[in-house]
Amino acid sequence: MAAETIRLDVARYRPEEDAEPVLQSYEVPLRPDWAVLDGLAHIKDHLDGTLSFRWSCRMGICGSCGMDVDGEPRLTCGTFLAEYGAGPVRIEPLKGFPVIRDLVVDIDGFLAKLSSVRPWLVREGEEPPLTAEYAQTPAQLDAYKQYSMCINCMLCYSACPVYVLDPDFLGPAAIALAQRYNLDSRDMDDRFDVLNLEEAVWGCTFVGDCTRVCPKHVDPAEAIQRYKVTAALRSVLPWSGR
Amino acid sequence: MTTARPPGHEEARPYVRPRDRWWFARRRSLAVFVLRELTSVLVAWTVAYLLLLLGAVADGTTERFAALAARPWMVALNVLALAATAFHAVTFLNLAPKATVVRLDGWRVPAWMIQGGNHTAWLAVSALLAYLVLRSS
Amino acid sequence: MIDVLIVGGGGAGLRAAIAVAETAPELTVAVVSKVYPMRSHTVSAEGGAAGVIGIDDSLDEHCYDTVSGGDWLCDQDAVEAFVREAPRELIQLEHWGCPWSREPDGRVAVRPFGGMKRLRTWYAADKTGFHLLHTLFQTTLRHPWIRRYDEWYVTSLVVDDGRVHGVVALDLRTGRVEAIPARAVVLATGGCGRVFPFTTNAAIKTGDGMALAYRAGAPLKDMEFVQYHPTGLPFTGILITEAARAEGGWLLNRDGYRYLQDYDLGTPTPTPKLRSMELGPRDRLSQAFVHEQDKGRTIDTPYGPVVHLDLRHLGAAKIDARIPFVRELCRSYQNLDPATDLIPVRPVVHYMMGGVHTDLDGATTIAGLYAAGETACVSINGANRLGSNSLPEILVFGRRAGLAAAAFARSHREGEPPAVRSQGDDERRRLERARDGSSVGSSGGERIADLRERMQHTLEGAAGIYRTGDALAKAVDTLADLCERAGEARVEDTSATFNTELITLLELRAMLDVARTIVACALGREESRGAHQRVDFPARDDDAYLAHSLVHRAPDGTPSVGLMPVTITCWPPGERVYGR
Repeated sequence: MAAETIRLDVARYRPEEDAEPVLQSYEVPLRPDWAVLDGLAHIKDHLDGTLSFRWSCRMGICGSCGMDVDGEPRLTCGTFLAEYGAGPVRIEPLKGFPVIRDLVVDIDGFLAKLSSVRPWLVREGEEPPLTAEYAQTPAQLDAYKQYSMCINCMLCYSACPVYVLDPDFLGPAAIALAQRYNLDSRDMDDRFDVLNLEEAVWGCTFVGDCTRVCPKHVDPAEAIQRYKVTAALRSVLPWSGR
Repeated sequence: MTTARPPGHEEARPYVRPRDRWWFARRRSLAVFVLRELTSVLVAWTVAYLLLLLGAVADGTTERFAALAARPWMVALNVLALAATAFHAVTFLNLAPKATVVRLDGWRVPAWMIQGGNHTAWLAVSALLAYLVLRSS
Repeated sequence: MIDVLIVGGGGAGLRAAIAVAETAPELTVAVVSKVYPMRSHTVSAEGGAAGVIGIDDSLDEHCYDTVSGGDWLCDQDAVEAFVREAPRELIQLEHWGCPWSREPDGRVAVRPFGGMKRLRTWYAADKTGFHLLHTLFQTTLRHPWIRRYDEWYVTSLVVDDGRVHGVVALDLRTGRVEAIPARAVVLATGGCGRVFPFTTNAAIKTGDGMALAYRAGAPLKDMEFVQYHPTGLPFTGILITEAARAEGGWLLNRDGYRYLQDYDLGTPTPTPKLRSMELGPRDRLSQAFVHEQDKGRTIDTPYGPVVHLDLRHLGAAKIDARIPFVRELCRSYQNLDPATDLIPVRPVVHYMMGGVHTDLDGATTIAGLYAAGETACVSINGANRLGSNSLPEILVFGRRAGLAAAAFARSHREGEPPAVRSQGDDERRRLERARDGSSVGSSGGERIADLRERMQHTLEGAAGIYRTGDALAKAVDTLADLCERAGEARVEDTSATFNTELITLLELRAMLDVARTIVACALGREESRGAHQRVDFPARDDDAYLAHSLVHRAPDGTPSVGLMPVTITCWPPGERVYGR
């Protein structure tokens, strides 16, 4: 008996020869515990060594393997082929980013944005000696913990129509990570200068798809709306600065 | 930390997808979003209509306003505006927990409680207004 | 010209970069990594990081646990330095914003861990490595003068007259091969778990740094010591953290029996007891699994025999508070809920105790070349690493290597020697030939994946939890043959842009070099110690082998193994006692 298979329609873009991406079809075994990523690895190992894609930890924590699967941004290591019935499954690079090759997209823009929000603990005065930690209660930890869970997988950017239409938009993950530090009891900055901008929180029209696609439940939409309230209060009330 | 991309590196041209005019039609969640944004027009109409009413009261031309308001197309428009405003208000109140995170002694008040509180408050204010208006007539 | 060039952007590499940037701002520092730094495998570490902070704890006790856990193969001066500096490094991470889990009064919380006699493992729920890596990466962003070469693969070290002068690297995005001259180089590329078929390690862990140093003439050390983690998910090999047992999880065989009590690991207690039962060291727990399998007391699955990890008695609330990632992984990847179901687990290759031989400052035998983290063997882990020692290790020795490399760069100001350019040119021609297929004929040759699979099964068969001289001797020949065939493997992809097939081939060749050293060292060590268990030599032999294996690459490419004394300071070799 022939083993069951499923067809994967994979976007190929070879800049030396293709003017735009084209779909190429492959038949791969359909096994109950195979993720989309296992299917792609099967193609690369056994059918076509020229297919390029990024992956590493295959446990949903390194953030490398985000792709567009049947029109939805997903981590391919945690998306199972069995979800797609008899198939076929369409696998494309994440929307909203320039495509370097096949399923590999350019995320350098995000890294520049991340740097711009000062994603580190801002302190004033001299650093205390390395003999004791800063105190932080579990409740203070809970105040920002959710936003510290971002794995930089870029699914939220791909789902965000504002970002896709305007690549200058600071975007969900960068703002959530700024809030991760703003809400940290050890931090002394509020990043008002980089967040209170038309291309930053005010660019967000609150579609909410960033939150819907986030594989780590960071809820960037919430982070952005909360900062809108913070920024509005700070603009209106002179004493509400930190 | 900054990225090093030494000059003189000829890079093969990355593919940039052309802008998609129908982006909102590609996903249900985006279509609902655009629909919600469009209700703002009717919310604006409701405000303009109320201003017209206030103007008529001030000028003493309420009869002419009433005649205008009774026209079938105007009634239809206002029914549509009422539906749109209600939709806008309900979704607005449902989104509120995203902007206001309430913590009581470390315990985070769940979204449904904030939403429920909002709707309850909305109903209470509406009931009070209805009581005041209906009592005088 | 770069002063300090760091290869690898994981915990050790980034810690080294920050050390240079903070203490020597006049020096230029660069991080060259084949992936974006936040993708590095440090991200997958779960359970925690050991550092003495409790008032009932002491540096001596952490040293003793580490040395006895390593079956007395640790260099004790290195362990002392490591244990002394670990708490300081963990506090430093706290000051940089790491979200450590906390006690109600705001102090950092600690949890028990395997082989540790006291509570000294700091944790950030069960995503400690993830938080540590992102804290380090985000902290590097405040130093704009740290240059980053993201997605560049280093293909060789430029070494001239016993001194390193930089690297040759391939930019994945453009396909360009460039010589990057540098006064000092730090290797921080992690381990090589991918030489085995079943591993917790990410795809990127292919021993690149070990192979770079080894080919350049620096010896590797203690390569036979391969750590099997006792609890990996079948099929994927995804790690279920030791913290699951530290929080009270039990290991059960097919009869629901806590079998570890049969293997001199203590008697079962309802709540976890330190250095006992499920909190024994990883080597002993993985070996116990093999004995259960031999007795027919494991459970058969399509992906081989398993035992069960039972967390049900902890309850959903405790699981969510202390080990939420375990629940998330089980639900997403195994389709079960640990609050109500048993988790199938089996031993899985996790960590290399061995690596590039270095001194306490990460210096290798090549001037200007340093190594830190899993790539290196300082050695603090001896024959078996204790859980939660590897995260502080990358911090302590990442920093030390960074500082030492900075000092070296400061005292060697001469310009770039001609060797850099010429070696860069040679390398470019060689790689372009491989890519164009003109060296091998793109239709001829074998598939990279087939060769890799052969290598992995050879290693699993010969250098697994239990080993025999015969199987190892056969593996020596098999690997030599595979090495030759990998020289002519097929590369179908001729593109210069993001050619991952070419990288896969370069990684395979690195893995094969490293695999040969593992097998050669394992064959040479005719005793059983820690993670190295020889069926034909079942006892520890301190007279002959209380020594490190040191392996050089002979001119013909074969590994040549020698021995090097172990440094003993305060803890003479004794019996490893757990549960009594």
